[in-house]
Amino acid sequence: MSELTNKSLTELVSLIKTKELKSEDITKDFIDNCNKGEKLNAFVTNAFDHALDKAKNFDKNPNLDCLLPGIPLAVKDLFCTEGVRTTAGSKMLENFIPNYESTVTNNLWSEGAFLLGKLNCDEFAMGSSNETSYFGNVINPLKDNVVPGGSSGGSAAAVCANLTPATIGTDTGGSIRQPASFTGTVGLKPTYGLCSRWGIVAFASSLDQAGPMTKNVSDCALMLEAMVGFDPKDSTSINKKKENYSKNLSKDIKGLKIGIPKEYRVDGMPSQIEELWDKGKKILKEEGAEIIDISLPHTEYALPTYYIVAPAEASSNLARYDGVKYGFRSSKGANLIEMYENTRSEGFGDEVKRRILIGTYVLSSGYYDAYYLKAQKVRQLIKRDFDQSFKNVDAILTPSTPSSAFQIGEKKDDPISMYLNDVFTVPVNLAGVPAISIPAGLDKNKLPLGLQLIGKPLAEQTLLNIAYSMEDKINFKLDLNKWWEN
Amino acid sequence: MSIDKDKIIHTSKLARISLEEKKVDSLSKDLSNIFNFIEKLNKIKTDDVKPLTSILDHSLRARDDQVTDGSIREKVLGNAPNKNEEFFIVPKVIE
Repeated sequence: MSELTNKSLTELVSLIKTKELKSEDITKDFIDNCNKGEKLNAFVTNAFDHALDKAKNFDKNPNLDCLLPGIPLAVKDLFCTEGVRTTAGSKMLENFIPNYESTVTNNLWSEGAFLLGKLNCDEFAMGSSNETSYFGNVINPLKDNVVPGGSSGGSAAAVCANLTPATIGTDTGGSIRQPASFTGTVGLKPTYGLCSRWGIVAFASSLDQAGPMTKNVSDCALMLEAMVGFDPKDSTSINKKKENYSKNLSKDIKGLKIGIPKEYRVDGMPSQIEELWDKGKKILKEEGAEIIDISLPHTEYALPTYYIVAPAEASSNLARYDGVKYGFRSSKGANLIEMYENTRSEGFGDEVKRRILIGTYVLSSGYYDAYYLKAQKVRQLIKRDFDQSFKNVDAILTPSTPSSAFQIGEKKDDPISMYLNDVFTVPVNLAGVPAISIPAGLDKNKLPLGLQLIGKPLAEQTLLNIAYSMEDKINFKLDLNKWWEN
Repeated sequence: MSIDKDKIIHTSKLARISLEEKKVDSLSKDLSNIFNFIEKLNKIKTDDVKPLTSILDHSLRARDDQVTDGSIREKVLGNAPNKNEEFFIVPKVIE
């Protein structure tokens, strides 16, 4: 029966709506797959019993008038789930059981879905390979000993290996799009403010956004539609009317103008990426779009800017982990200050400590203007690049990442080479605009590569439509040999 | 710029993270490399640029000053590492 798990979210929803399938059948199959997929280490916590109860209840009295009727969904372990442990991939929150539900997951449950489990991620979403998780590496389902990307690595692996019909991740500098690219799946980072951040463990608040990670573009539109919505509990939430992304999905992209930024052609980029980028351009032209060369001149400054802004915000956000109100507390220390210092030393992993120290340093007395203020000014220039470009184009096409997935351990001891992974994704977060990564083909090692489409603020529908039309022509198929089941 | 050991120790005090001696060395090396990378920003002139503090068009909303929840002491204390019925318990602060 495990063919059920191969189906897209859209297909499953439709089979439930036509009463050809029961929620319990789907849920059991996914649980079965999750159990067989333990080697991938995609889950931190399972909610299988909860999911089965919910499925049975759904089948007794099915409400079909919603977007995700009877669908089990595993989510990144950065979303607080009421009564279910939420770790953010950290020892600090190893035993943290929230007594509230994040707005985004709550929105999914209101549309008929229910929790299947919590997915592994880099510690506090800080990483590009899922190697910083306190709960161990996640393995890329497409090849053993290869990373799935990060920070939403467990989410990407779970969608890729059919352990969940779809999922949600968070993206601060590429944490949805890079792992989607590494696993041949679709990932969308919405416009800043479109999805509520309430109840998501905070990393860098001016950059963090939740978004869908799915098998295909239709699923992505459906999940996005279910996630979004104005939330008074998030002061940065945008108050706008909800759009019917899935209903309005269209392959008609005639006359759209697509920009190709010359700065995204970086040294040492594998030739396959260039080729896939060219293929993307060709497909867009054939679909009636117009290709226009553009320039985003401050692209090279995006990563250095990000590595000031994100750690600065992180050092402030993570100050709350002091061993007093919740989370881990060290048993060592003769007084309050020592208790704080030992708690944070023992509770945080190396990468998190590194970023807290960078952030504390750039915000410390005497350095603020030189680093943080400077970065905010350059961020303005980066945003201006996009504003200028979007006067002439409707969307921008780039590669998602400068390489395909790498070996576990390959970049672990070199923070900068790890950071360079996000060179094409970070500018989008700094500018607050939406972007989607779709699978485009394979590299010489048979690992997937993605193309990224960047859109104007709140132009998610345009992005989804372009991606939908490209997906059809690219016709990318994942080759899952399920090595992990042996 | 080099981030020497003294700077690492000072910053870790500010961040309330105790560090083992051997970690200080590797952090000094890592952070020096990262700051060399970050300092690429000094190449751009930004004297006339306004810093970007928010990417949203709207300013942050103020909410009405109304009580929207409360009486959730048990929930608030629910995840405390050490508590009694009404309070979080911390190591003694005043002798």
